[in-house]
Amino acid sequence: MKAPVNPVIELDKLRVTFGKRTILEDLQGPLKGRAIGLLGPNGAGKTTLIHTLLGFHKPSAGTARIFGQDIRSHAKQVRTQIGYMPERDSFIADMTCVHFVRLMAELSGLPPRAALERAHEALFYVGLGEARYRKLGTYSLGMKQLAKLAQAIVHGPRLIFLDEPTNGLDPPARLRMLELIREIRDSGHATVVLSSHLLHDVEECCDEILILKGGRIAAQCDLEEERRANKRFLELETRGASAEFAEAIASLGCEYAITGEQRLKLVLQDGVEVRDLYRIAAERKVQIRRLNYKRDSLEDIFLKAME
Amino acid sequence: MAVYEHTYQPYAGRLTPLWSRFLVIPQHAYRAVFQSKLFTGLFAICFVCPLIMAIIIYLHHNVNALALFRIQSADIVPINGSFFRVFLMIQSSFAFLLTVLVGPALVSRDLTNNALPLYLCRPFSRAEYVLGKASVLIILLSLITWVPGLLLFIFQSYLEGFGWLTANLWIANAVFVGSVLWIVLLTLFSLALSAWIKWRVAASGALFALLTIPMAIASLISELFRTPWSHLFNPSMLLKFVTDDLFFYDSSSDFDPWMVLPVWSAWIGLAGFVALSLWLLSRKVRAYEVIT
Repeated sequence: MKAPVNPVIELDKLRVTFGKRTILEDLQGPLKGRAIGLLGPNGAGKTTLIHTLLGFHKPSAGTARIFGQDIRSHAKQVRTQIGYMPERDSFIADMTCVHFVRLMAELSGLPPRAALERAHEALFYVGLGEARYRKLGTYSLGMKQLAKLAQAIVHGPRLIFLDEPTNGLDPPARLRMLELIREIRDSGHATVVLSSHLLHDVEECCDEILILKGGRIAAQCDLEEERRANKRFLELETRGASAEFAEAIASLGCEYAITGEQRLKLVLQDGVEVRDLYRIAAERKVQIRRLNYKRDSLEDIFLKAME
Repeated sequence: MAVYEHTYQPYAGRLTPLWSRFLVIPQHAYRAVFQSKLFTGLFAICFVCPLIMAIIIYLHHNVNALALFRIQSADIVPINGSFFRVFLMIQSSFAFLLTVLVGPALVSRDLTNNALPLYLCRPFSRAEYVLGKASVLIILLSLITWVPGLLLFIFQSYLEGFGWLTANLWIANAVFVGSVLWIVLLTLFSLALSAWIKWRVAASGALFALLTIPMAIASLISELFRTPWSHLFNPSMLLKFVTDDLFFYDSSSDFDPWMVLPVWSAWIGLAGFVALSLWLLSRKVRAYEVIT
């Protein structure tokens, strides 16, 4: 799962104001991940950012580029490559699901026959194959979410915006939705932008995150990098550890800190593996009772950004 | 993205031209519209008048048929501007009824279900959305107004000869322009009302009221103050003045002369209603409304 070289989205001092209220202010930077998580508390501007990128709101200053195309000057070309799953219920109640998804495919430019074929395929893909001839108004909340996902992917976009896709879903439906998002991401054919206030969902699916706070970028990080880096931080809980054990660890070149009785934290150096720690412990008759990778969770990153 | 593969695949096939995408809306709308038996029945009735008028034209030119029915040619209504004017008046009434049935649901259904973001997140502009919705009515109403009107004109020209055609081209112009004006007005009114009044029945009622209540009020004011200018707020009367002018029909034969508006002001009044409807539509046809 390697990030593409060219940024998918480039924010260029993007500012959006509604009346006198500034909603997004000077957003700047490239987003390169295969799955980008948009995080932030309510009112941070996540949905407004998505809407602006889709062309629903005009930037009051700055701009953004999607696949190198300016959202101001090439709005239509940009939208040919985008799929969008809105947060709120959005559908046409009197239509059967397959008819609805077909209509959306045709509006995206697919000829009628191809649109119908892809509508069936998309509905099977998201798991609504058996219910595709039912009217949307009769669907449960989970099914409506899946129908929204189907219409977002039916035309095979390169970039898919998912706004709170797991909202209101029960645990099995939520897991299914996350699995679908990961599958789309791993297919390598589309980049996913996932806006959510559920950190766990973002952590499960995304390799890059953008945290917004009060319309500004509070943090941006490559989760993959973080995960790789954090694999070097260890927390040990031992029995029988002595100063000699700590010195032996230091002799491997690892920095360490004693955090409590029989507990220590350390940073593994390159070339040092966990089995080396077990070897040292065995030689000194020290029991390693617990060993954790002490990584910064997304929650830690988020909370730091919110400070 | 074949069903058996169950993986996400991009679409690599042919795409339809951008300019033609708005036609997707009427194509899908007609499926729903013609599922209604009431609508289908009314739509069929709309062709009775053109059929009768075609028979009348035919009778005018068929001595054998006249002899068979023992009718004198002079007993049949003459085929002239008045003939086509009456045709247009009848078909316009049917056009109004069809609009009441179809129009009010066109935009409101999408607004009620928040479907507009799904249209507008695609390479599909607000103008194309309105054009798509408008074309549902424009195509339907054209089929019952100027299309049969011009077919009748061509039929009469064919039977009467080239001389009649050249001498009466203005009739074709009047039928076409009069129909288009009525269609545009009905379409924009119903779309604007559909956008602002999400309840279909209420929107239908409002459309009916929009064409009847101003007429009553304008007539009252007109009588009280003895002025024709109150009709500027009465779209059906404005249209009547313009259509009468197109058919070289003297409107003052239906009203007192002081009640008749100058035609130029009727055109301006109609343009005002069109602009107002478009403005109302532009306020509502948005992916999301921003409240500042």
